[in-house]
This record gives sequence, structure tokens and C-alpha cells, in this order.
Amino acid sequence: MSELHTYTLTQLAAGLRAKKFSSVELTKHFLTRVEKFNGEINAYITITADVALKQAAAADAQLASGKGGALTGLPLAHKDIFCTDGVLTTCGSKMLSNFVAPYDATVVTRLKEAGIVMLGKTNMDEFAMGSSNETSYFGAVKNPWNLNKVPGGSSGGSAAAVAARIAPAATGTDTGGSIRQPAALTSLTGIKPTYGRVSRYGMIAFASSLDQGGVMCLSAEDAALLLQSMSGFDEKDSTCIDAPVPDYSATLNQPLKGLKIGLLKEFFEQGLSPENAKPVRDALAVYEKLGAQLIEVSLPNLPLSVPTYYVVAPAECSSNLSRFDGVRFGYRCDSPRDLMDLYKRSRGEGFGSEVKRRIMTGTYVLSAGYYDAYYLRAQKIRRLITDDFANAFKQVDVLMGPTSPTPAFDIGAKVDDPVTMYLNDIYTIGANLAGLPAMSIPCGFLDELPVGLQIIGAHFSEAKLLNVAHMYQQATEWHKRIPQRYA
Amino acid sequence: MSWETVIGLEIHAQLLTKSKIFSGASTAFGAAPNTQANLVDLGYPGVLPVLNKQAVQMAVKFGLAVDATVAKRSVFARKNYFYPDLPKGYQISQYELPIVEHGKMDIILEDGNIKTIGITRAHLEEDAGKSLHEDFQGHSGIDLNRAGTPLIEIVSEPDMRSAKEAIAYLKKIHTLVRYLEICDGNMQEGSFRCDANVSVRQTGQEKFGTRCEIKNLNSFRFIEKAIHYEVARQIELIESGGKVKQETRLYDPDKGETRALRSKEEANDYRYFPDPDLLPVVISDDFIAGVRKTLPELPDEKAARLVHDYELPAYDAGVLTSSREMADYYEVVTKHLSGDAPRDKVRNAKLAANWVMGDLSGALNRDGIDIANSKVKAAALAGLLARINDETISGKIAKEVFESMWSDGKSADEVIEAKGLKQITDSGAIEKVIDEVMAANPAQLADYRSGKDKLFGFFVGQVMKVSAGKANPAQVNELLKKKLAG
Repeated sequence: MSELHTYTLTQLAAGLRAKKFSSVELTKHFLTRVEKFNGEINAYITITADVALKQAAAADAQLASGKGGALTGLPLAHKDIFCTDGVLTTCGSKMLSNFVAPYDATVVTRLKEAGIVMLGKTNMDEFAMGSSNETSYFGAVKNPWNLNKVPGGSSGGSAAAVAARIAPAATGTDTGGSIRQPAALTSLTGIKPTYGRVSRYGMIAFASSLDQGGVMCLSAEDAALLLQSMSGFDEKDSTCIDAPVPDYSATLNQPLKGLKIGLLKEFFEQGLSPENAKPVRDALAVYEKLGAQLIEVSLPNLPLSVPTYYVVAPAECSSNLSRFDGVRFGYRCDSPRDLMDLYKRSRGEGFGSEVKRRIMTGTYVLSAGYYDAYYLRAQKIRRLITDDFANAFKQVDVLMGPTSPTPAFDIGAKVDDPVTMYLNDIYTIGANLAGLPAMSIPCGFLDELPVGLQIIGAHFSEAKLLNVAHMYQQATEWHKRIPQRYA
Repeated sequence: MSWETVIGLEIHAQLLTKSKIFSGASTAFGAAPNTQANLVDLGYPGVLPVLNKQAVQMAVKFGLAVDATVAKRSVFARKNYFYPDLPKGYQISQYELPIVEHGKMDIILEDGNIKTIGITRAHLEEDAGKSLHEDFQGHSGIDLNRAGTPLIEIVSEPDMRSAKEAIAYLKKIHTLVRYLEICDGNMQEGSFRCDANVSVRQTGQEKFGTRCEIKNLNSFRFIEKAIHYEVARQIELIESGGKVKQETRLYDPDKGETRALRSKEEANDYRYFPDPDLLPVVISDDFIAGVRKTLPELPDEKAARLVHDYELPAYDAGVLTSSREMADYYEVVTKHLSGDAPRDKVRNAKLAANWVMGDLSGALNRDGIDIANSKVKAAALAGLLARINDETISGKIAKEVFESMWSDGKSADEVIEAKGLKQITDSGAIEKVIDEVMAANPAQLADYRSGKDKLFGFFVGQVMKVSAGKANPAQVNELLKKKLAG
């Protein structure tokens, strides 16, 4: 029983159904590990042991009566951006350090109804703004592969928790790469679905037109399992798309013979060293062996992704974060003199510097006289990038390239240089701007640090992405590696 | 120097939807503070807006009624500013692409001519909550019940040239939204509000003067007063060598003046941008056709019909159709009357119009009652008018009967019976009264007969007095003429 944490979610599900162990046993196993390791990794902001044990007991009762579903009794951690009824929901910010959400996000509700056991809420960059998990009010998260390195961000807590096997899987959100980049940096399988595939209701908004919830786990098979329950129309989210959800697990094993893989020319040219590129090229060779065909494609407007993103995302965030004003919930400054003082100090003291930087950038690009030059122009370029992707998918089935320009970097190395930090998302932002589903899967190591392969698909091609990822994982072992300390 | 006033109005009409524009919370007025605001209205972290279809239907209905273009695609935008009664820190409104554009509304000027006022646009938006600055000792109270209530903001062209024109336009819109049953028009409760953009320019000048926006106008009377005050202020300012500053001004009904609230420089930069939480509103031809089917007969159509069918004066038709309830009441009265006697339809219609606009409206105003709750129902009033028509009572006695009906709730016949007010139409009886009056006033009789024709009125008055007003006036005239002539 002592090796339960080394199993994938799929294996754990089989074990529960075969009554090899109970959900309570499984949950206790993970809670014990959380207790043991969370101090050094700082992956969790809140640990919900009581909730977890209650849910596990209920799951065991269901399993005993033969009523459980595919996820019944499986533990999972939620990124602290998802509202959880009656549980602290901080979004990694001092602003919400006292906020107990009065309702469940749709993602949380759906997983709860599927029988998932919530272990706790994971650390994250403040309001999901960051690529290293260093902007969290609750402190930096350590990368389980090397405790001096960042785990990536903004879903850094989720990534570290799964990588250290103190959660078998976790939810994440991805606005500009916040699932894929940390997955790459911690050797996980992470998927950001098509924009509108997973409800955003109850997911605290950073940039509404880019945010999308997804999962971080140990295999494509696990991702298929979780995504199945999370996806689908929600009448509470007007941008959620009312389209049937295919059976993701059913098509995992489809052979890849004849698969057309587009290699993003711009990705391999832009800021990628040969040694960084090597694991990615090796992975592509594996795909060739599996019968896929490699075709170089060019997305001429893709290099404009980062500047476009850093206009659109801050613009939306500057408005989305206006509700944090010290009036109804969250942080409020001590004894405000008047209304203006209440606003200024509550927001000034409650938000960290990265959040403030983005609010100011966003306010600037939306202001009179600058709107056309920045926001409107960025929206036009966004359209061009979307069209570039659409053209590419006329030629190829999926696009592949690196997830991140470098493996995990040292904690503190880039924190004072926002522009360098922003370039971490150089390969991931395109999929957000175009609303496309994208994954990162482990494809090797560089200096003992994980490297991720990014796979981008056409709208609503999650099943194809998962199939492409799964077949690679059937042929390779990278995703099975565990950081020695947490094995 | 002569000056011309230029006025444009922005009207906010709360839509009569059951629930809010982006949430399922109730819109009913008057609940305890903050009991009708759910997590969406409170702007909680993570919540999202979902558009209320009924609000869209109502906006389209308005657009069709003012002959406007209903946009096939309109977009919600965020208007960003901080205020405690605006929970999200932005108001969801429409900016570049409103749902309704290019409408118009006719008003009747004092000289009887018709003027068309352009309606630039009407857009959907959410209302804010209320800030309560009294009763909280050094604090302000916030009531978010109103937050998220759907509004249409109706923006006119600067087409009005006097306070009277502005009021005429405002009243027409007020009437229309109630006809359409999309707004209750209650100005006290704030469900129908108006801001006025006022400027002046020298007569003959083409360019508009600098305008001021006047806020806090919550009755027709205040609006008229505020415009008068503001026009006088601007003229005086310019004539004394000053310049009008573009600013927002607040009307103070206690002092009867407007005062500066904030200047253009101090105005918020609202940083409008399309709301990424909401999809563009796409409206199909079928949807518009469906809404068109729900349009009632509009006030102008109804007035035109009354003029055409009953030959009513345009003025009467305008007054009678100024609310749907009054028009309905009026039509019930005429319907009852036309079924009554083989009397002239036109005459009945005018009789009914006079009574509805006169005694009935007087009594309603006096007691502060809506016509829908009138103490004398339409059928009962028709019963009274029928007794005038069949000469059971005179018009004068009818007024007395009406007052009794109003206070006791009895029918005209019951009042006439109980009070013995039945008109005297028996010539013999009337002649008997005339004889008495002539006998009692020999001097006047002599004067009359010597040519003082004016005394005829005196004799009529005396006869009516002696008969306690019950003698049939036409018969009195006829018989009196004969008898006085000797």
C-alpha cells in the first residue's frame, strides 16, 4: 500500500473498483504525504483533510453498493482559483486571503458529483499572473525535480503537488500557458481544452476571453478520464459552448499512421537553443516511427503573440479585478478615512506588484486616446493569429513544438525582469489567443530538468490530442519518471 | 440678442422583467435592502452574467414602436468606474453597437403642428445599486437590490427647442413604454428617469452651444423648471461675457436651481471595451417578427383611430390616449353608450370624452387615484351618460349624480332614484313652474317685454332653481320663450 502515490489516476480507479484499497485508505495515504512534504514544496495553500475524509467515506459507500462512476473515490487537488463552497479560496492573493467562497465553481461541482475527493487548494501565481509561481502571496512553490527551481506558473502549486505525488492529479487554468508551462517544467501531462469547452463559472477571472480550465496529471489517459467529467455546456457561462462531449477514452489507442504533424517553424526559430530543442526533436522522431508525417508549417503572425497577449490580457484583467475594492468581500485596509482612501489602500495593500503592473498596463491600453492604438490593434492581430492557425489546420492534423523555451529556472532569477519572465509564455500564448486546445507532455530531460512537448489541435479536437499524446506515452517512459525524493 | 434653446434627453426606463438582466434575482421594488441581490448582482469572484431574453424582447419592442432599426448584432460593453453601488467596478452596457438605432417620435406643438424628434439610439444596460447617504452617521449605506435591474437608455437627438417640447417628448415616451408594458413609468421610484442635455445658441446660428447635462430630474415639473433655470443661467452667463463650461449639473428641487457636479476634465474615462463574458446579441428576423406580433395598438395609432371613427378633436384624442388605461376606460364608456340608444355615435363619443377628461379626471386627481382604480367604473359612467342622453337628468344634475356615485359607489339610477333627481319633462309641470316664476317677478317680466332680452337668462335661472335643477333645460327654453312673449 505504501506505493499508492506512484500509480496513475487510471490505475488507482481500477484498484478502487477491484477493492484492492478503499478511498479512505487512498485519501489518508495522500494526506500523510501532504503533511510530510508540503512544507518543503509549498504546493498547497489550504489542505481540506476533513472534507476529503468525509468525501472518501461517502465514495466508499457508493463503491460498496456498486454505484460509483469512473472517478468515484479518487483524490484530487483544485487550483485555488476555483471557488469551493465553504472553503478558503485565495487566488494566491492577499486580497482574498480571508475569502471563503459561498459556492462551488461548475468544475468543482461536476467533479464532486463524479465522486472526486478534494485534498485541498493549490498555490498559484497571484490571480494567475505569472510564469514561475513566485507572485503568490503565500510564497513561492518549489519544483520537486530541484527545490531551487521554480515549478512554472501560474498553476505551479498544482504542478508541484502532482509531480511530488502529493496529489494524483490537479485542476489548473491556462490563460497564456499556465497549465502547459508548469506541466512541462515538472514532467506532467497537462491539457488546456478549447475555449468554451469547460465552464468558467466560479473560476476567478483573470482574462475572460483567454482563461480556460483544464487538468494536470500523470498521463494522457488520466487527462481523458478527468476532462470527460469537467467538460460540457453550462448555462451559467455564456461563453461555454453547447456541443456534445465525445468519449475521450474511447479513441486513445487509435493508430497514428498517416497523422500529419505540423512543425511550427517560428517556434524552432524563436529563442530556442539547440540543446533545448533536442528532446523535442527526439519526440518528433518517435512520432515518425509511429507512422506520422512531419510537415513544416509557418504561422507568420505568431511572433506577435506575446505583445498581443500583453495588451489583451491586462486590459481584461484591469476590468475583471475592479470588483476587489474592499467593499463587499476580501481584504479591506485598516480604518479608511473616506471612500477614496478605502479604494486606494485596500487595493494598494491587497494586490501584489505583478497584479498592479498588469492592472496599470490594462488601464492604459483601454484609456481614451490609446484604445485604438493598443486594444483594437491587438484584437486585429489576434484575429490574424487565429486565421494563421486555421490555415495551418487545413494542412495538418496537429501542431507540435516546444512548450517552454527553457527548462525550470532558478527561483528569483527572473522575478525582477518582467519582460524576460513574459517570454516564458512565448510558445503557449498562441493557443490561448486562438482559443485552441493544447497539451504539454513530458518528452525528456535537460540537465536533469524535465522538458515538455507541446501539441496544439484545431477547435474541439481534444480527443485527437489525447490520442496523439497517449500513443507517444505507450511508446516512451518519460511520463513515468518520478523525482527521486518523492518516489 | 435672441437665444434659441437646444435640448436632448437621455431617458432611463427600467424594464418590467421578472428577473434581472444578467442574473436570476427578482426585480420587485421595495424589498428589504440587499435581499434581492444574488452572487452575480453582488459581483462575487468567479460569477458570470447570462443575458435575460425577456429584456432583449422588450428593447426590440421599443425599437419597433419608435420605427427604429433593430440591430441584427449588438454588443455588450463594460463601462468602467469605481463606486460602491457598482459592485463589479463596471457597468455592463452597450456602447458602439446598441440594440436599437435611428428611431423617431412625433410630438404635437402648441400651435397644433407636429414635430418629429429623432431617437439616436436605445441600448440595454444594467442599473446600479443605491447609495444611501442619510441615517448612517458618518457612513453611507449601500442597497444592491436594484443592481442588475434591466434598463433601456433612450437617447434623443438634440431636436427640442424649448422645455415644453422636451416635456411633450418625454411624456410621449412615458406613455409609450407603459403602452408597451415594458416599464411601469414610476418616476418617484426611479423606474423612469431622465437626464437633459441643455445648451443655448444665438438665433440663426448653426453651431450648437456648449451643453450641460442636468441630472436628478424625477418629475415632469422638475424637468421643466430645471431646463428653464439652466437656460436662463447659460444666457445670463454668456451675456455677461462668460462662457458655458461642459459639465454635469445636479438639479436641486428644494432651491429650484442646478449646480455643477463635475466638469468634463473631471469626468471619468470609462474605458469602454466589449464584455468578454457575453457573446454578441444576434437577433433573427423571426425573433423580430415574433416581437412585432406582441405590439399593442400604439398611442398615436389609437388617437388617429379615435379622430377617424368618432370625429373627436385631435386634442381630445391625444389626452384620452395619454395612457393605455385611460384609453381603455374611454373605449368601454363609448362602447356601452353606442349599444344604448340610436343616438349619434359622434355625439356620444364627444359626451364621453368631455366626461372622462373633465369630471372623472378631476375626481381622480383630487383623490390621487389611478384611472384603473377609479371609484366610478367605465360601465357605471356610461350608465350615467345614458341618463343624460335619454333626458332622465340634465347635464348639470348629472354632475351632482356623479359626485354621489363617486362617494357612495352606487349606480346612476340608484342615485337618481334615491335623491329624486329625475328630470321633469312633463310640459304641464314645467309650465306650472314658469307661471309661478312669472307671477313672482312682475317687474322683470315688464322689463323683458319692453325689450330687455337679456333677462331671458334670469328667468331660465329662476325656473331651474324652483325646479331644483330638474326641469329639462331644452323644454324650459322653449316654453319660457313662448310664455314670456305673452
